Amino acid sequence: MSGAVVAFVEHAGGEADRLSLEALALARGLAKLLGKPLDAVVLGSQGEAVARRLGSHGVGLAHTASDARLDDFAPAAWAASIRDVIERRSPAAIVAAGSERGNEVLAHVGACSGWPMAANVVEVTPGDSWKLTRQRWAGSLLEDAALDAPVRLLTVAPHAVAVDPLNTSAPAPTITRFEPELEPADLVARVVGREAKTSAGVSLTDAKVVIGGGRGVGSAAGFAQLEQLASLMNGAVGGSRVVTSLGWRPHSDQIGQTGLRIAPDLYVACGISGAIQHIVGCKAAKRILAINTDPDSPIMAVADYAVIGDLNSIVPAITAEIERRREAGRPST
Amino acid sequence: MNILVCVKRVPQTGGRIVLTPDGQSIDTRFLGHTISPHEECGVEEAVRIVEKEGGTSAVLTLGPAEAEEQLRDAMAIGIDRAILLETGGTEWDPVSTAGVIAETIEAQEATNGEFDLLLFGNEAADTGDYQIGVRVAVALGRPVINGIKEIWFSDDRREVLARREAPGGGWETFDLPLPAVLGVKEGLNLPRYPSVPGRLRAKKKEIERVALGASPSGALGLGAGEDAAGIDSAIPGPTKLRLRLPAEERTAAEVIGRGPEAAPAVVDLLERIGVVAR
Repeated sequence: MSGAVVAFVEHAGGEADRLSLEALALARGLAKLLGKPLDAVVLGSQGEAVARRLGSHGVGLAHTASDARLDDFAPAAWAASIRDVIERRSPAAIVAAGSERGNEVLAHVGACSGWPMAANVVEVTPGDSWKLTRQRWAGSLLEDAALDAPVRLLTVAPHAVAVDPLNTSAPAPTITRFEPELEPADLVARVVGREAKTSAGVSLTDAKVVIGGGRGVGSAAGFAQLEQLASLMNGAVGGSRVVTSLGWRPHSDQIGQTGLRIAPDLYVACGISGAIQHIVGCKAAKRILAINTDPDSPIMAVADYAVIGDLNSIVPAITAEIERRREAGRPST
Repeated sequence: MNILVCVKRVPQTGGRIVLTPDGQSIDTRFLGHTISPHEECGVEEAVRIVEKEGGTSAVLTLGPAEAEEQLRDAMAIGIDRAILLETGGTEWDPVSTAGVIAETIEAQEATNGEFDLLLFGNEAADTGDYQIGVRVAVALGRPVINGIKEIWFSDDRREVLARREAPGGGWETFDLPLPAVLGVKEGLNLPRYPSVPGRLRAKKKEIERVALGASPSGALGLGAGEDAAGIDSAIPGPTKLRLRLPAEERTAAEVIGRGPEAAPAVVDLLERIGVVAR
């Protein structure tokens, strides 16, 4: 029985996933509190190359399975691989990223072992009974909970824990190769087809400037003025849940708890009242400018700057002002 | 196709969450309730599949007696029948919730025949546990995949095909033999609004009720009896101790102007933070 803390590391293109590095940071802190080693599980043909670079994140021992059937997402097979490590290593905890995949894989581990699993944890305190804090409502509410099981299963809430700085002098971890026994049933849910991204232009999650529209935009056609302003700043346009539910914008443009979480340098919230559902999707923006007729709307509590009034006259005025200054070739003072 | 969609009643939180003084739940005295958003799409999808393929649809929830409202909402847009696992109002942990749902599905299938497809929301809006559908699927020995935004069937109707967004963009397709379980996400479809005749029809339908009582893990008690609510050897949890609001990170917004006259001040700001070239 090692009592180790084992982090499950997702990766793409030979690099550990950013959310998995956040999970590793929490796992490392937990291992330190317990006085136990930090292990990693890395799956797929690229796994070993990724695992070799995890020393700087505190990993001493990495369990790698190079079975190519583990390359693509196959949650039951990934979970079976983690359970294989649990059996050999008897860890105190398995820590994964609170990504779509991380949550799904640990749910399988929990279901197969009959153990509870805590999703989107931000803090853990081990003890006789483990105490943890996890996110509800995508982070608008916190839950303090107890988690007790032979092995504690937890995922780490995205963007809630800072990634440890790289320590390039750290030694590479010891690699233990293993071959999980995969049953046919473990490989039923696996990727059978793939389609690449088709949309042109800067995506909502990559854009430095995002302009969001809410009910105040008034109609699908009303988004043209937001598009126009966004194009002047190489920005992208999104909307609140109201807007996608009304069919004014496709759901893929929704910013919020059931849509996208964005983190641009500037988010301009136009005619958006600021329901919690929306706020959790945009609060990671460095700055928020709200344009709203209601100075008391909830969006004002999270906005850094506000313009009070009707976006349908203000947005075109901002666009015109940017164009005027460009034509004048110099800033007005 | 026989479809079962599992839904959760959640409060419509609006702009601010207010907790009860004991920190055990959200103060819902002034709030309406709704079906959790991903599951609204599950309900719509179940209705569409049955409209197209024939068969029957059912909706199931675990919750307080008031969750009848959400079951009637589902029936108002075309779900055929409803099952309410009545909790008495306390919150159930995800292990216990999944255990009793799996047991209920087995009992339902023994009477009414197998469900070809079980639909769950990817995660509930309130607790965000990300595991109920997976646990039910594993308990029933059925394949499951989450994050689904598009569903169709093979020509022989023996398999369900489902798409989810891949990390970093694009789509991944999965192909599961029926019976199967899918965790769906908003964006799967645009749910319809119930019609007035639909509402009237739903009002008259019977709801099958099963009284469960308090959670087997209790509000604070750990490690409940093994036979509570038929959860075999599974350990319930996580066990909620209390809820609290995160610390406010931002202060009040700086009002930089009113109306279109504010445009020059806004552009000054955009230039200052470097998103518009000076």
